[in-house]
Amino acid sequence: MNYIEPHAHMVSRVTDDYERMALAGCQAVCEPAFWAGFDRSAVQGFHDYFSQLTEHEPKRAAKFGLKHFCWLCINSKEAEDVKLAEEVIALVPKFLNRPNVLGIGEIGLNKNSKNELRVFEMQVDLAAKHDQLILVHTPHLEDKWKGTRLILDALKNDKRIKPERVIIDHVEEHTVEMVLDAGMWAGMTLYPETKCSPARAVDILETYGNERLWLNSACDWGVSDPLAVPKTALEMRRRGHLEATVEKVVLQNPKKFLSQSKNFKL
Amino acid sequence: MTRQQVLDLYFLDARHKLIELAAFLDRLERAEGDGDFRAEAFRAALGELTGNKKGRAKNVQLAFSDPTTAPIDKAPGKGAVGAYPK
Repeated sequence: MNYIEPHAHMVSRVTDDYERMALAGCQAVCEPAFWAGFDRSAVQGFHDYFSQLTEHEPKRAAKFGLKHFCWLCINSKEAEDVKLAEEVIALVPKFLNRPNVLGIGEIGLNKNSKNELRVFEMQVDLAAKHDQLILVHTPHLEDKWKGTRLILDALKNDKRIKPERVIIDHVEEHTVEMVLDAGMWAGMTLYPETKCSPARAVDILETYGNERLWLNSACDWGVSDPLAVPKTALEMRRRGHLEATVEKVVLQNPKKFLSQSKNFKL
Repeated sequence: MTRQQVLDLYFLDARHKLIELAAFLDRLERAEGDGDFRAEAFRAALGELTGNKKGRAKNVQLAFSDPTTAPIDKAPGKGAVGAYPK
């Protein structure tokens, strides 16, 4: 079945993963800018990373017939250093006209600190000024509920932000409802140990419906599975969901949201 | 799905996970030393599994969550441990 991988950190993955995703039916992979696993020492590190996301990675994906898109930002794990964040935010507009850029992301919170929130609001402002889509990372584990609330409050306070142009990622059972109630899109991340399992993600779909929800693997350098989306499609089929419903969740929903960017074309 | 279908599809997997939980608690009890707040948080979250209250998964998530609402002054690091000291 054809599907879209709306959140994958392919710079951390081997080329074999592109091949396996293509064989599984992946049509496009979307890569938010994220933490490299270590703090970059200067803004030049981000310049190189944004060049990798907009120049090199699309070529690597294209070798397997996959379209590659990306999101740009400074992530929340490096947002405690506000001066560095300001420098990176000043750099982003130079890359926004690249043909595979979808918007600003994954911005958000990690430990819910004042500086993280300040940098998040600066990047929401950047998105608003440049009329960009927004992809939001919500915190891990015990910090998720509080962080999701803080993020939603900040987005609602900026009247320029249209909820339907924001995807709040990594929702789980205790945060999905508040995101959908705010009129925004919600992403479920499928991880082997944290976030959602395929079974729990399908539970959430059965509980909250399949509007404004998508699935992603968020595969990166940690414990993760680049085939998590097609495996969850299989889980839906095991429960007897119609093929059209599966296709809506793994293909049509991400396509609908992402097509709000003029750069997204399958 | 019918209740019977849910049992047919998921019972063995859930049984396996329940025994893993029981073994973890036994292992924790056998071990020496004091441990930390996560043990208490785990036992509190376990309480959400029993009884007829709906939304068990959501309630377990909330049992582990930071219930405060104001941003903290400074991030203490980057990682999360899975439970909030209450």
